[in-house]
Amino acid sequence: MNRVPIENEKLTKISNVLTEARSIRIKGRSFLALMLSPELPLDDWLTRLDDLAGRSAGFFLERPIVLDVAELDIDRSQLKDLLAELANRNVRIMGIEGGRPSIMGPGMPPAMRGGRPAPDVEVPAAEPAPAAEKAAAALPEAQPIRAPASMIVREPVRSGQSIIFPEGDVTVIGSVASGAEIIAGGSVHIYGTLRGRALAGSVGNAAARIFCRRLEAELLAIDGVYKTAEDMAPDLRGQSVQLWLDGDSIKAERLN
Amino acid sequence: MAKVVVVTSGKGGVGKTTSSAALGAALAQRGEKTVVVDFDVGLRNLDLVMGAERRVVYDIVNVIQGDAKLPQALIRDKRLETLFLLPASQTRDKDSLTAEGVEQVMNDLKRHFDWIICDSPAGIERGATLAMRHADVAVVVTNPEVSSVRDSDRIIGLLDSKTEKAELGERMEKHLLLTRYDAVRAERGDMLKVDDVLEILSIPLLGIVPESMDVLKASNIGAPVTLADSRSAPALAYLDAARRLAGETVPMTIPGEKRGLLGKIFGRRAA
Repeated sequence: MNRVPIENEKLTKISNVLTEARSIRIKGRSFLALMLSPELPLDDWLTRLDDLAGRSAGFFLERPIVLDVAELDIDRSQLKDLLAELANRNVRIMGIEGGRPSIMGPGMPPAMRGGRPAPDVEVPAAEPAPAAEKAAAALPEAQPIRAPASMIVREPVRSGQSIIFPEGDVTVIGSVASGAEIIAGGSVHIYGTLRGRALAGSVGNAAARIFCRRLEAELLAIDGVYKTAEDMAPDLRGQSVQLWLDGDSIKAERLN
Repeated sequence: MAKVVVVTSGKGGVGKTTSSAALGAALAQRGEKTVVVDFDVGLRNLDLVMGAERRVVYDIVNVIQGDAKLPQALIRDKRLETLFLLPASQTRDKDSLTAEGVEQVMNDLKRHFDWIICDSPAGIERGATLAMRHADVAVVVTNPEVSSVRDSDRIIGLLDSKTEKAELGERMEKHLLLTRYDAVRAERGDMLKVDDVLEILSIPLLGIVPESMDVLKASNIGAPVTLADSRSAPALAYLDAARRLAGETVPMTIPGEKRGLLGKIFGRRAA
């Protein structure tokens, strides 16, 4: 399963009169898509897919699916056939990841890249029905994954070290040195001086925040929106600060 | 029981070799049998600083490759009979050091010495990681300047992950040796202050060695700072640091901090 950035176009009707200089806003947005990785021989794989679909009817209906063909050695016509087979089974492919340009063609879903990994999805069994529905409801649809997991680092994070924890919050008891980085799926809490980089909400969590006892950071990022040291308000330097995301900009406030 | 000390810094030119020689000599002056090992294969300098460059026959690479026995490669200091040098090779590169070879040499040295001081090369590659590998204690040499502090921080991270102690889940004892410190310039903001460096690196302070002409003078005459003039300011700082390394409690003095008005004026003019 993969998180896929989708261009969400908000079209403004362009009138013939050019006096209206409103531009078209194009924003990025992340959604969660399921990822299917077919294996060769394709006939066998389709049989297994049918078997799975038989056990949990309608699982693929209404779901955005990305086809991963990176490991697949097929040509353009085989890919076309595969897409047709999937369409027959009501599996709607919204994009293709890892396809060589030579196998992609017109009329195919667009190529996608830059997907970020997310946890595996269990396909619910069709019976008993209520349980299946419940499991399906528990699936992270468009919501970011909010795992309760957290990681506590009990010593200073040294230059060159990188703490990566996509599952949740990272708490550091100590400082984060210049040239060190914290990458958390959730919020970042630093009980010390933040001199390096802190990236919160790295798997697409706009609600993530960064807290630090003293801000001397080189780079701050929440959900892909970033700020370098140069862009930070000078009066926040050396202060106890929390940062959060408001739309497309990082907001900061002193904690005192 | 022998104690293995690595003198390291990440950055070059901060005073690792000077400090290795000075601390080694200071420990030997206490009557403890000390060997200083040069790990800077290809760019050896310790022999010069210790004034033994004309007596090098065999080196650590010869010992590792079995061309010489350890006692043949060890050079006894002419001034102190408890001080020894194991030189590096100047004609090889750092790839001549093998992990097994270094381990064997360290084990042999441990049987004969109280202190083994490993002078690490700059950088974070093979030579530096092999020098720190078997250490019990690390002396991190840092100048009061941002790039040196960041590199030291990097090295501390490696000391906590790439050493034998770290791999056994034990904690490596680490001490900060602040060198080339000038209180007047730190006060003026040209240099980081002691507290700034300690705050960033958060390891205990072993000593503060003042910036001094005596250091250059000592290395040019080929004598460790503590032997060249044991009354000079840097020598006193190294002697105190060696006592702290040996477990004594010695009050910390910041050199030049208690200067009079005249001293301040001179300090300013000189800088």
